[in-house]
Amino acid sequence: MSESTHNLSDLCTQVRRDIVRMVHGASSGHPGGSLGCTDFLVKLYFDEMQIDPQNWDMDGRGEDLFFLSNGHISPVWYSVLSRRGYFDVAELATFRKLNSRLQGHPATEEGLPGIRVASGSLGQGLSVACGAAQAKKLHGEDRWVYTLHGDGELQEGQIWEAALYAAHHQIDNLISFVDWNGQQIDGTVEDVMNLGDLEGKWRSFGWHVLQCDGHDLSALDAAFKAARAAAGQGKPVVVLMKTDMGRGVDFMEGTHKWHGVAPNDGQLSDALHQLATPLSDY
Amino acid sequence: MIDFISADEATLDGLTRKDTRSGFGQGLLEVGQAHDNVVALCADLTGSLKMNAFKDAFPERFKQAGIAEANMIGVAAGLTIGGIIPFTGTFANFSTGRVYDQIRQSVAYSEKNVKICASHCGLTLGEDGATHQILEDVGMMKMLPNMTVIHTCDYEQTRNATHAVAAHHGPVYFRFGRPKVPMITEADTPFVIGKARRVMTGSDVTIVTNGHLVWNSILAARQLAAEGISVDLLDMHTIKPLDNAALLESVGRTHCVVSAEEHQRNGGLGESVAACLAQHQPTPQRFVAVEDQFGESGTPAQLLEKYGLGPAAIVDACKAAIAVKQGMMAS
Repeated sequence: MSESTHNLSDLCTQVRRDIVRMVHGASSGHPGGSLGCTDFLVKLYFDEMQIDPQNWDMDGRGEDLFFLSNGHISPVWYSVLSRRGYFDVAELATFRKLNSRLQGHPATEEGLPGIRVASGSLGQGLSVACGAAQAKKLHGEDRWVYTLHGDGELQEGQIWEAALYAAHHQIDNLISFVDWNGQQIDGTVEDVMNLGDLEGKWRSFGWHVLQCDGHDLSALDAAFKAARAAAGQGKPVVVLMKTDMGRGVDFMEGTHKWHGVAPNDGQLSDALHQLATPLSDY
Repeated sequence: MIDFISADEATLDGLTRKDTRSGFGQGLLEVGQAHDNVVALCADLTGSLKMNAFKDAFPERFKQAGIAEANMIGVAAGLTIGGIIPFTGTFANFSTGRVYDQIRQSVAYSEKNVKICASHCGLTLGEDGATHQILEDVGMMKMLPNMTVIHTCDYEQTRNATHAVAAHHGPVYFRFGRPKVPMITEADTPFVIGKARRVMTGSDVTIVTNGHLVWNSILAARQLAAEGISVDLLDMHTIKPLDNAALLESVGRTHCVVSAEEHQRNGGLGESVAACLAQHQPTPQRFVAVEDQFGESGTPAQLLEKYGLGPAAIVDACKAAIAVKQGMMAS
């Protein structure tokens, strides 16, 4: 494991600590999907995107952009944004509290740096990313637009409207990731509303499809490289990323039951015991 | 009494008729020529929205969205990131009810500079019937924080409003229609968002109206004038923000008001007028609007008559409002 990958690994542990502490502090929020997407978001923000957190503005000209379509996993996004320098990590303590910029679901109204559109009502982020990616093309910018979606979110029809649109308009500066954990609020995706042949669905919609392990930083590194290599050739790219909901906290792992439940004091202590880090808490 | 649809040009004071949607198409072409960051999107109704001229002039800046309106609204929201000004085009029904949550989250709450351009509003869509005749769109849009709501009355006002909409920073719902209506305003008639246009000055009753009912209100005012009743007529093309000052100034002189609109009474212009007056200057009001019903197939003229939006209905409403005022003054 390289030194940088090792540092990313420590960051992932710290972000996971942030997630469980934020959700515990608010007595509400969504730890399961947040823990499951931690490795992806740390890798994306610390190792992949060309960004300038200190000079953030809404337009993001000349930068790569990211859209979180499954906005309920805001804890992981807020933690990663703050630790990447978009805002002070101390602000994580305000998550879901009155007068906070860290709304339950991401929003622009409070002006939190790093967020360019509200999300929470599912299925809308891919359309927004299509527009942002087309704007980059119209401006002649050679930059990437990334998105993340839940697998349950793919049950929303608008996702497939956007999938058609992206392929039809050859939006090949768009790279989407699916948090393929197989879980949603009411149970497994297979039981609630089976997505069937997900790879085949995206392929038949005209996308280039990749798969990767969403917890192995080396595998994620390879997936990003492969995605960018496949993009730019007339097709948008989707990466189906195998993850475990609740990853890193044993009693939250692999179950939909921790989709939107906060840990109590004892559970928090147990979780933090499993997430020892050389970094520092907010 | 003759309404604007069935009247021949002689009875329209020689005014020619054009559709408001064509005013939008011309205005869109002009703002496209003036600003290279204007982009148009359409959901498979390019001809109906009169967006062909823009499409032909700026093929790179025209995005066909197909029959997928929810995605179109989201794409428009995304295009604003980086400074593009997107204009979406489809029928009013598919511009609002079908995509309410997309507008709410990705546009209004996210404060995106999207221009939602909606043709074929109201009953005057005609024969297609109630599935397409949306009469609730103004209500849905005016309830959204950050949203500006505009409904224009003729070709030139719609063309001029398109320029104003492009220059305004923030989300706008821009409502216009299908039928050809008399050209009441001139090419150089000022259009200012949030500032009502005074059509006539009078002292007995105020009519506050917009859209296609501006012409019907003019006809009603002429009839009333013949009976010795003087009408103060305001074209309230911007429903939100409402021009409270113009409204209060007018009713301060007339002491009664009629609102007239091609929309449900619930959620419409008249409701905004009533809210303003109740708070600032309680005033007798009568409503010319659709009364909690869906529309149906028919010609535009037949539908306006059947649903009580014709000139005769406006005349009756004015007399009723004046009667209430006189009763209050007598008591």
